[in-house]
Formats: sequence, C-alpha cells, structure tokens
Amino acid sequence: MKARRLGAVAAAATLALTLAACGSGQPSGGSGGTGGGGGGGGLKIGIKFDQPGMGLKKGNEYSGFDVDVAKYVAKALGTSEDNITWVQAPSAQRETLIQTGQVDFVVATYSITDARKEKVSFAGPYFIAGQDLLVRADDATITGPDALDGKKLCSVTGSTSAQKVKKQYPGVQLQEFGTYSECLPALQTGGVDALTTDDTILAGYAAQEQYKGKFKVVGKPFSKENYGIGLKKGDTAMCTKITDAIKKMISDGSWQKALDANLGPAGYKPGAGNPPTPSACS
Amino acid sequence: MFDILEKYDILAAFWMTIKLTFFSAIGALVIGTVLAIMRVSPVAVLRRLGAFYVNVVRNTPLTLIVFFALAGVRFVLEISLAPASSATSVQDNAIRWAMVALAVYHAAFVCEALRSGFNTVPLGQAEAARSIGLTFGQSLREVILPQAFRGAIAPLGSVLIALTKNTTVASVIGVAEASALMKTIFENETASFAVFFLFALGFVILTLPVGVFFTSMSRRLAVKR
Repeated sequence: MKARRLGAVAAAATLALTLAACGSGQPSGGSGGTGGGGGGGGLKIGIKFDQPGMGLKKGNEYSGFDVDVAKYVAKALGTSEDNITWVQAPSAQRETLIQTGQVDFVVATYSITDARKEKVSFAGPYFIAGQDLLVRADDATITGPDALDGKKLCSVTGSTSAQKVKKQYPGVQLQEFGTYSECLPALQTGGVDALTTDDTILAGYAAQEQYKGKFKVVGKPFSKENYGIGLKKGDTAMCTKITDAIKKMISDGSWQKALDANLGPAGYKPGAGNPPTPSACS
Repeated sequence: MFDILEKYDILAAFWMTIKLTFFSAIGALVIGTVLAIMRVSPVAVLRRLGAFYVNVVRNTPLTLIVFFALAGVRFVLEISLAPASSATSVQDNAIRWAMVALAVYHAAFVCEALRSGFNTVPLGQAEAARSIGLTFGQSLREVILPQAFRGAIAPLGSVLIALTKNTTVASVIGVAEASALMKTIFENETASFAVFFLFALGFVILTLPVGVFFTSMSRRLAVKR
C-alpha cells in the first residue's frame, strides 16, 4: 500500500516537472525586442557555427567576419556583446528562423536573392563574395573556371554553388557532401581536384591551422553573391538602422579591420565591388 | 507550387530513392540471411562473429556508416566501385557506396528479424529433421529456413519500410535522391511547408503499400500450427 502511494507521488512529481519544463521554454521568445531595436533587451542573432573565417563556434567563443559585423550592428542598435544570444542558422533554416521570430536577424553568408526576398527583408549588402575554387597548393593545372573540364569538384548537396557548376560546367564531375569541411580530406588525398563555393568560405578553410599551406584559393571568382543581413519582412525601421550601421562600419574602418583579422591570414583579397554600398530599404 | 513541379524533376529523384531501396534491400537480405544462419549455427565462433556484427553495426549511426563508406573507404583508402575513366565515376561511386552502406547497416536488422522468425519454428521441427538424418545444412534449407522466413515476413516488412526512408541519408554523400532534391529546392525557393509535405507524401506513397502488402502476406503465408 505504502509503496503504491509513493509511486503515485513520484509519478505526479515527474508529470509536474515535465509540464514546468514545457512551460518555461517560450516566454522570452515573444518579446525579443526587435521593434525598438534598442534598450536593455538582448538580441538573438543567427550565424553559421561551422564556417571558419565567417562564423565559427569554438567552445563558447564565436569568431568570424559575420560575427564581427553582427556585433557592430548590435552595438549600433544599443545592445552590448554580452546581451547577444547566438543562434545557429544553417542555410536551409534561415528563412524559418526569421519568420518565426526565433532570431532578430541573420548574418550567415546569406546571399540576397529574389526568391528569398519574398519571405524576408534584407539590409545590405555588407560584402560581395564570388564563387571560387580551392585547390591543393601544388596543383598548377586549375587556373580558373575555364580549366575545369574533366576535373572532379566537391561542394555541398543542393547549394547554389553546386547547382551552378552542374549547369555551367557539364564536363565537370561533382561530388556533393553535407558540409564543406567533409570535402577537405577528399581534396587532400586527390579524390577530388577542387572545392568550390564562395571565396570567403574557401579563404576561411585555407587559413585554418591544420590546413595552412596545403590549399590555395585560385582567385578567379565566377559569380557574384551579395551578402545581406536577413530580417523580418517589412520591418523597414529595423532595416534602416542596420543599413546605417553597415555604412558606418565601412566608413570608420572597422569593416576593413574585421576583414583583415578574419580572412587576412589566408592572403585573401576581396573581389571587385568591395566594400559595397548598401542599398536602400524598401 | 506548380512551377516547382515543373522546374524540378521530382520523379527522377524518387526513382533514385527506389533504386537505392531495391538494391540495398537485396544486399541486406543476402548479408542478413548469412548473419542469421551464423547466429544459429552450431559453431561457436560463427555465432559470436554474427552477434558481434549485429551489435556493432546496429549501434552505429547510419549517417556515420554512409559518410565513412565514401569519405573513408572511397577517398582515403581509395577503393573505387566504378572505373575512374568513366565520365560519371564520381556519381557512380557515391551511389554504389551508398547502396553498400545501406545494405551493410540494414543487414543487422534483417538478421534480427530472421532470428525472430527462427524462434517461431518449434524445436521439435529441428529435432525431427535431424532424427530423419538431415545434416545441419539440409535441415536448415528444407525445414527451418522456409518456416523462419514465413514467420518473419512482418518484421522484414518493417525493415524494408525503414530502409526506404533511410535512403535519404545518402544525400550526405551527394546521391541525387529525393531528400537531396528537397535541399536544392529549399536553397532556391526557400523552405516551405508545401514542398516539405510534397516529399513526405512521396515517401508515404512508397511505404504505405509496402506495409499493406507485407501485412497481408504475413497473414497468408503464416505457418498454421
């Protein structure tokens, strides 16, 4: 009898705990403090967690060009670094994160495209990247996109870069993986001849400690990707503030400094059109 | 929505899913049957080897096995399953290694499903087979295995359904099956529920008939005792 009662109490307690756990998750989500853009409220910013040089999480440290841009913008909006909550924003989830309000804005190698503009608004561009090639340092045969016929390339499943290669260079064989870092061992052993995606991402990998001196970026970009900061569609007030922050970042030299610090070690030079002029919010 | 159907070859992507499922299922059935026989064989070493395989493979994430097959075995150990000179060697290798990985992984589950089938065969059947002078191989072939398979049809159907859905993991090594196309569409058109449900529906269309078929077969073929 006693044992049974104890069991019932335990069951009730467990149930209460689970309910409490369910309840406590949300409340902070609704009032994320977007509209005003200032005050003491923190910001939730979506970044990449796995792209060295752009957005990388190492332990509790976040580094990269996107991260620096995000920090600068947050500061301009009146939010100190400690009040930023970093949220991982994988490519396929960026629109959803913004639309559902799980992040206030996204700075994650986010190319401005018409299809995306239908779902979210963009501030920027804050950077212009281009699709390029990463090859083994001792490989002299690949000098640019024209020398690709019969070569084996590696990229990420379904990515814009992968699609472009398939469409424009039919003579190329493409290996697709889940992430870019998974391409690197294959590139190292010669299983593939080059890794292709935005030059910023490539430079980040080339600058990584364990790959230093092993790979080089070819430096002949063959596309133009306008990186923008994604935010809730139609939030013009927020967009204007972010655009002003980007302009200020470029004009006061912080933009160049962030670029040198994050992508400089790879010997990366930003392509034509940089620094860009952010377009007006609509 | 309809322009997406026009712009992307969704049927081709699901055709690749079906091909992956078909060939991996055959591979898994062969390996799984061998494993199941090992696990009931009178030789202790074989029994232990079979148990070891099942425990290791069953407890390894499929993504890991699929990725290791291509990135580790293909690119680092450089074992190729397609002639390097062919114009599609990269794609062919990815597809074939995906099939191998899927077969190897699901063989463990096929083995366990079959073993449950073995357990439906009364011990008396094996004893009777031995007492009329059949060897281990003969009694297995003529008496035990046919009954075990008929008793294991329902769980084998579950394994096949799981296998169909698990082919989506092949997209991590770039096989152009359904989920890889979904990623492409998400990249170009942004993610939407409509696209997601379309692909979910595709898998339901593939797996639902399989489930119905295997359930009815398991009823019709059950050994009446």
